[in-house]
Amino acid sequence: MAGLSSFGKYTHAIVCCIPDSLGTRPAKDGASEGQPEPVDLAKAHRQYGVYTGILRQKLGLQVIELAADEGLPHSVLVEDIAVIQGDTALITRPWEPARRGEISSIKKVLEELKMRVVEVTDDGATLDGSDVLFTGREFFVGISRWTNHRGAEMVADTFRDFAVSTIPVPGSCHLKSFCSMAGPDTIAIGSSEAAKKAIRTMEQLTDHHYDTLTVPDDPAGNCVYVRLGPKGSALLHRSPEEFPSSQQPFQKLPDLTLIPVACSEVAKLGGTLSSCSLLINKKLDR
Amino acid sequence: MTTEVGPETEVKKDSEQVGADASEEATQSQEDIKCEKTLSEEAQDSPSSPALASQSSPSSQKKEKDLSESKGISRFIPPWLKKQKSYNLVEPKDEAKKKAVEEGQAVETGECQLPEEVTPPEGNLEKATAESQQVAKANDKEEEKHSLSSADTQPAKEDSKETEIKKVSEEQEEKQKIEGKRETKEVQTAEIKMEKAPKKIKTVQCKVMLLDGTEYSCDLEKRAKGQVLFDKVCEQLNLLEKDYFGLLFQDNSDQKNWLDSSKEIKRQIRNLPWLFTFNVKFYPPDPSQLTEDITRYFLCLQLRQDIASGRLPCSFVTHSLLGSYTLQAELGDYDPEEHNNDYISEFQFAPSQSKEMEEKVVELHKTHRGLTPAQADSHFLENAKRLSMYGVDLHHAKDSEGVDIMLGVCANGLLIYKDRLRINRFAWPKILKISYKRSSFYIKVRPAELEQFESTIGFKLPNHRAAKRLWKVCVEHHTFYRLVSPEQPAKAKFLTLGSKFRYSGRTQAQTRQASNLIDRPAPYFERTSSKRVSRSLDGAPMGIPDQSLLRDFSATTVGPAGGVVFDGEAVGQAKLKDGKGRDEDGSPTKTPQLELTQDEKDLDKTQDDLLKHQASISELKRNFMESTPEPRPSEWEKRRITPLSLQTQGSSHETLTVVEEKKQAEVGIEETVVIDEINRGKMQADTDAGETHKVEHLSKKDSSSSSSSDSSSSSESEDELVGEYQPQHRVTEDIIREEQEENEGAKKKEERATEIIQSVETLQEGSKLKVTVEHSQVTAKALTQENAVTIKTGEKNVMEEGKREENEEQLKINGDVSHVDIDVASQIICCSEPPVVKTEMVTISDATQRTEISTKEVPIVQTETKTITYESPQFDGSAGGDTGLLLSAQTITSESVSTTTTTHITKTVKGGVSETRIEKRIVITGDADIDHDQALAQAIKEAKEQHPDMSVTRVVVHKETELEEGKE
Repeated sequence: MAGLSSFGKYTHAIVCCIPDSLGTRPAKDGASEGQPEPVDLAKAHRQYGVYTGILRQKLGLQVIELAADEGLPHSVLVEDIAVIQGDTALITRPWEPARRGEISSIKKVLEELKMRVVEVTDDGATLDGSDVLFTGREFFVGISRWTNHRGAEMVADTFRDFAVSTIPVPGSCHLKSFCSMAGPDTIAIGSSEAAKKAIRTMEQLTDHHYDTLTVPDDPAGNCVYVRLGPKGSALLHRSPEEFPSSQQPFQKLPDLTLIPVACSEVAKLGGTLSSCSLLINKKLDR
Repeated sequence: MTTEVGPETEVKKDSEQVGADASEEATQSQEDIKCEKTLSEEAQDSPSSPALASQSSPSSQKKEKDLSESKGISRFIPPWLKKQKSYNLVEPKDEAKKKAVEEGQAVETGECQLPEEVTPPEGNLEKATAESQQVAKANDKEEEKHSLSSADTQPAKEDSKETEIKKVSEEQEEKQKIEGKRETKEVQTAEIKMEKAPKKIKTVQCKVMLLDGTEYSCDLEKRAKGQVLFDKVCEQLNLLEKDYFGLLFQDNSDQKNWLDSSKEIKRQIRNLPWLFTFNVKFYPPDPSQLTEDITRYFLCLQLRQDIASGRLPCSFVTHSLLGSYTLQAELGDYDPEEHNNDYISEFQFAPSQSKEMEEKVVELHKTHRGLTPAQADSHFLENAKRLSMYGVDLHHAKDSEGVDIMLGVCANGLLIYKDRLRINRFAWPKILKISYKRSSFYIKVRPAELEQFESTIGFKLPNHRAAKRLWKVCVEHHTFYRLVSPEQPAKAKFLTLGSKFRYSGRTQAQTRQASNLIDRPAPYFERTSSKRVSRSLDGAPMGIPDQSLLRDFSATTVGPAGGVVFDGEAVGQAKLKDGKGRDEDGSPTKTPQLELTQDEKDLDKTQDDLLKHQASISELKRNFMESTPEPRPSEWEKRRITPLSLQTQGSSHETLTVVEEKKQAEVGIEETVVIDEINRGKMQADTDAGETHKVEHLSKKDSSSSSSSDSSSSSESEDELVGEYQPQHRVTEDIIREEQEENEGAKKKEERATEIIQSVETLQEGSKLKVTVEHSQVTAKALTQENAVTIKTGEKNVMEEGKREENEEQLKINGDVSHVDIDVASQIICCSEPPVVKTEMVTISDATQRTEISTKEVPIVQTETKTITYESPQFDGSAGGDTGLLLSAQTITSESVSTTTTTHITKTVKGGVSETRIEKRIVITGDADIDHDQALAQAIKEAKEQHPDMSVTRVVVHKETELEEGKE
């Protein structure tokens, strides 16, 4: 059980290069909002470059970049493939069978990092990492189109120290499509009915108290909180160009370095800021 | 604006002293006493224990109830109404007792209304504290009392204060039982009961499995109550902070049940063997707040069992970390020479531990160099407490759709699990009522924000007994963690058929307070090694993980022999033997025999062994699935043989209204708790002797004076709805209370410079009272002698602690004034507000009653002092008229005012005197300026209406201008 003080501390990040197939694959899975839009591949590459650059230079993380696999257009969404807490990594079983091909490369990296790698063994389980919200104190697992109850059980089985609560997520989004941790005890949450209902459910289920940071746009509810050593912390959030009305709420957060990041192209696949990387802390302090 | 009004009605019963008791009782509850005696004896004599009997057919159970307890209760009610005042004083205690008894006998259908309004759920911390203080202070007194009263069923003389307290509690319990047994409506005092109990002497040997795997055996009187055994065990263990623990027995269906300390053991276990296991019952949410290392040690032992058995799930990392702390605690620093590669295999860290885990444990062990055993235990607990299943008592159930779920009862509320996933959660504050009917368990949930109606959620338990067991666990947990003091039995309004079970022990708040009084040097104790198997014996280490904790490793070199395995009955026997041997040594004896029992060859931990572990674990899990913590199949198997009639009454519907106190109430509780602690601390600080003297003195006075005063008061009370205070009963109690109050006041002063008004009413010692008041004013202007519960300031524990010092000072003062403390009929209204302190004498009573009371009381030397410090001029004006002001403003017509009423009932037995104090805390919260006088008046009025039989002895008004505080 890593202490709460270590929440948000990371040393490594796993990302995956954008395959060209990203542009060819429409968001037919419905994960993206609204009408499927064609992905601007060049823009996607630019955004990816900015994103990884921030991870490296602003967050000081050691970035492990997986090569793009043209056969796996969604492989950039690495967060779906693993749930990591402390030194334990649960390799998920994505709902989309085609995405299970992404597992091997990520698993390999995690093992090289000497993580305790656990795999979902239940054939009836489906689990997308984007449905798993770790607050530092407990897990919330969205029961969604992508993740079922048995998948959530795998999370509970793997991370036994923590309470694992299930949150029904309607529609085609993931739990973290509209929420994330914006601080050690702060949950950023969108304003849609689904988001509101989800946060109410979380508040009902938790033993703790979380502050909530409500943003007008659901996608803006997904941000990435990273502690930068003892001095401060940073928050990656969606850029003003994408969600101008959702900038103001983040200004309220104290002692944070706000880093606007755009990921509009990946978002067309249902991607989020958090889903583009797997963050790992290899310096677990006990 | 928040105005907190806490009218407290205190009822003191003086019952333990033989000579005085009779007189006192007669005065107090004349009718009741006599009837009770007869009844009480019957009850004790009657073979059918309440709980057990209840198991039999519901009808029979009901009958039993009626005969014994329930009848008493139902009958009680009407008399109360009739004899309001007198009854009130006596009754509350009795009621509680009755309830306890009733529950045991027949828990069929009981509905409890919300504690907030109707029943006063929150206890009288003050009382409890006062009791404890009294006890502690007047150990001598108690002893004397015991001897006199013969109430001491327990032969053993307890030296420590706690022991005395225990005795007192036992006595109370006995009283309760007796009362419950009473068919008559009358409320009996404990004294009579006490006397009866000791006369019968039939001893039974009983055995208790201790957490270190050893066995303790002792001879108990056949009709001894659970408390007697529990106290013996705790004495054996040298454990003072014992309220977190309990004794389990396993029924024929392998279900583990908590032994109710307030009831006779025989009636609970019936035909089962007298085998018990000593377990943690209430897991302290923050073990660091425990006072003594020895307490933490036992908690560690419990958790190691829980973890090794799989009952408390952990991740690999946590298993390793906790294991490493276990090694550090038991072996000390890692020594590469002494600790070879295999040393770790002897320990059971997890249900199934791999070589990898052991390596990790060793690796971590090396990093703990320098940690003392106590420090290692603390680290262990700090990590264990964060586990999500820490302290969660799981029960199998099905939801309304027949889906298998688990209900987890914990400090915070009720958790609903499906598989391992938490699918719902009901915090205690959200639960309005808990009930069970047959095999169904119901919770009534407060309406959500946007909802208007309460909803009731039902769960299906495997059987009626499981439902009742769950219900009781919920009641106990709620009371322990959420209330300041145990909930008193339902008042007349609440009287209903069914289980009246209530948690009768101390609440966490109370036990924390009590813990603060502990001032002994840290007791020496040996740590038992948790090696699962002693290799030395046979080299086969594979014990069942659960019991791996048995050995004493660290302290002694007993070494290998310690391991105990619960594999078979034989093992259990072995343990038993060990326990016997160990009995009277304070330190746990190592059990070499256990080693022999384990035949398994697991030195190398082959896969087979692991499989065995798992199998055993799985069994253990099954066992653990039910709330009972310890898995010890072997012993239980024995018990199985014996037929048990533990069946709860199927038809009966028990409803507990476990009412959650609102947030405000909660806050108040915390505060009160703190106060109690402070008081106790003061008590300790003060010379015990002085206090004891006082107490004795008071008691004597009480007995003598009480008769006269009682008669008058009783008559008044009966006639009048408004609860007037009966001084007699209170004498000793009052003093304590006052001290507490002072302490509280000090706290408040520090925090807010609140104004304290203390009204000390002494029949004969008016002058002294005055002195106290003055002192209070001088020393701490803020000394708000709020009757214990009333103060609801948002004060935090820290604040309180800081105040303790002040309290100590106050205590000294109190000691001087102790005589004064005797409150006969004094009603104190304290309005505390920061800036201005005004002291006024105010007696609050109903308008009709006022005159009477005042007149009566006045001659008695009642000095009512109201210190009202109002910042606002309004209050000042009100303050001018003593009672008149408050009373006059009886109608509150401000819509902006929301009133929350919390009632605490505390039963305290000090020495020969038992007190029942009902404290109502009323929090009035309003956005706009509220007429506090009106609010107060109405609150008092309502309180009186609700508790017509009670006398209002004190009203403390704490006004907070800050909304937050009031809300708290």
